[in-house]
Amino acid sequence: MSQHHVIPFKTYMKVAAALVALTFLTVICHELHLGPLAGPVAFLIAAVKAALVLLYFMHLKYDNMQNRVIFGSGLIFLLLLIGFSALDIWTRVQSMSTL
Amino acid sequence: MGTAAHGSNSNVNYLNEFKGIKSWLLSLDHKRIGLMYMISILTFFFVGGIMALLIRYELFAPGKQLLSPDQYNQVMTYHGAMMVFMVIVPGIPAILGNFFLPLQIGAADVAFPKLNLASWYVFMFGAAIAISTFFSTKVDTGWTFYTPYSIKTGTAVVAMVLAAFVMGMSSILTGLNFIVTVHKLRAPGMTMFKVPLFVWAIYSTAILQVIATPVLAITLLLLAAERLFGVGVFDPALGGDPVLFQHFFWFYSHPAVYIMILPAMGIVSELISAFSHKVIFGYKAIAYSSLGIAAVSFIVWGHHMFVSGQSEIAGVLFSFLTMLVGVPTAIKMFNWLATLYRGSVTFYSPMLYALGFLFLFAIGGVTGIMLASMGVDVHFHDTYFVVAHFHYVMVGGTLMALMGGFYYWFPKMFGKMVDDRLARMTFVLIFIGFNVTFFPQFILGAMGMPRRYFDYIAPYESLNKISTMGSWLIASGFLLSLYAMIKALKSGEKAPSNPWGAKTLEWQTSSPPPHFNFDKKPTVTGGPYDY
Repeated sequence: MSQHHVIPFKTYMKVAAALVALTFLTVICHELHLGPLAGPVAFLIAAVKAALVLLYFMHLKYDNMQNRVIFGSGLIFLLLLIGFSALDIWTRVQSMSTL
Repeated sequence: MGTAAHGSNSNVNYLNEFKGIKSWLLSLDHKRIGLMYMISILTFFFVGGIMALLIRYELFAPGKQLLSPDQYNQVMTYHGAMMVFMVIVPGIPAILGNFFLPLQIGAADVAFPKLNLASWYVFMFGAAIAISTFFSTKVDTGWTFYTPYSIKTGTAVVAMVLAAFVMGMSSILTGLNFIVTVHKLRAPGMTMFKVPLFVWAIYSTAILQVIATPVLAITLLLLAAERLFGVGVFDPALGGDPVLFQHFFWFYSHPAVYIMILPAMGIVSELISAFSHKVIFGYKAIAYSSLGIAAVSFIVWGHHMFVSGQSEIAGVLFSFLTMLVGVPTAIKMFNWLATLYRGSVTFYSPMLYALGFLFLFAIGGVTGIMLASMGVDVHFHDTYFVVAHFHYVMVGGTLMALMGGFYYWFPKMFGKMVDDRLARMTFVLIFIGFNVTFFPQFILGAMGMPRRYFDYIAPYESLNKISTMGSWLIASGFLLSLYAMIKALKSGEKAPSNPWGAKTLEWQTSSPPPHFNFDKKPTVTGGPYDY
């Protein structure tokens, strides 16, 4: 574990630049009108941005395994929430569904 | 518990070391913060209790008694919201957890004392917002804020959900504080399998508070956004899905049921061991079952939605998963019973409350398994059967344990003994009153009486009358408790350090404890229940 690991300023700037670039990419993708792919692509870009923030700004890349596992468990709960809710919506009788 | 430390012999303790209102409002002492929570939560309990009595009085006979239908809906909403968000969820962790978790692990305080005080202020701020709505357009949605009605009603829903959001924040901060405290501040020699089971229960609860509460916060913010900006997440008119709200809401609120009951189970473990004068049976099984309940509680929320339009496949899955909760819960029940077996059982008031818990929680739990079965739930879901089941778990479970905990730890908290004869009378009144109030509701539910309604038809009258009379018995039991405790504070016999002969660390220091709990840091050599 490198509790006192100091990330160089340069790295922070690179990550910030990547986040700005990905924001532009999101806008470009929106303009391209990707149809049914629009949502998944936007989510993918957002996930990459979130990962960059977690890894560098929140130091998860340099953290110990225990904290990574704790963070990972949070993701599992998120997957549970989305997974079960989606399962319900996808398996409803369509003629009776509000969606 | 084998220890090498004791409390102060002087008369200076956390209650009299500092004086003045400022010394309370700015105190970082976990014990004083616990007492501030106690005063606030008991006040909210009193108000929520009055509302319960109003509901029962209204249902004493068919037709209008006292409240109009709109007022009935409002009173029902505030009773539920106050009792859940302001009493039972914070109750045991914030009062007894705050007070006894550091004492039981031999720490001088919680890990982040300032954060602890901040939690109380955040909680009070949220409570103030909730109460303020009562003086504007009173909310009438029920405590669950179900869409689409909660989007359409012209009442102060946004302020009320903001209040729940803020109180949720307090809950997260408290949970975080407790997790770090358990990991970092245990006395030398106190391994995780030497901490008392109350600590295990509070620890499991804290994990739930930290993981589940943010989902409630997001859900409530989405609801506010829906009302203010018409986003269209939950409103079917805008392409949204009202059942999605129920998914999000119950993803928090079902684990919240366990946030309410797990600490109660922790208290019961302490009481049964202490008053059986016997090592707890299956310590590890009880500890792991707390974590097991916490884990399973996250994958059962769909059983609240069997009749909400949820898909059959999801319903079947949730039905099966819900049954799993019975396993770790039954492990606890059997271990408590096995602890009683051949123990030197004494029937002081805390033990009576613990035994009352076992009896009532068993009924609440078994009816829970009935309701987990989808085919049965379709018939019972919107009836009084569910009201009875829920109250058997929450009141019969959590409140019985909370009362047992109060009577058990009162001598430690205030240095005075409660008149146990009076305390036992309170148990009799509350226990009988509770059953008289809620058992008829199982029958009413089976007869088909719908819940949440202002009125009912004639065949339900006699059982409703019995139920209402039971509520008066419960109220008299709680009032007698208040009298017994005030009498003890004024003229109670001075409490020794360890009046019950218990083994956990809080009994090794003086009553009441000194400011930093122990004069010397305790060193632990044995288990918490080495009788």
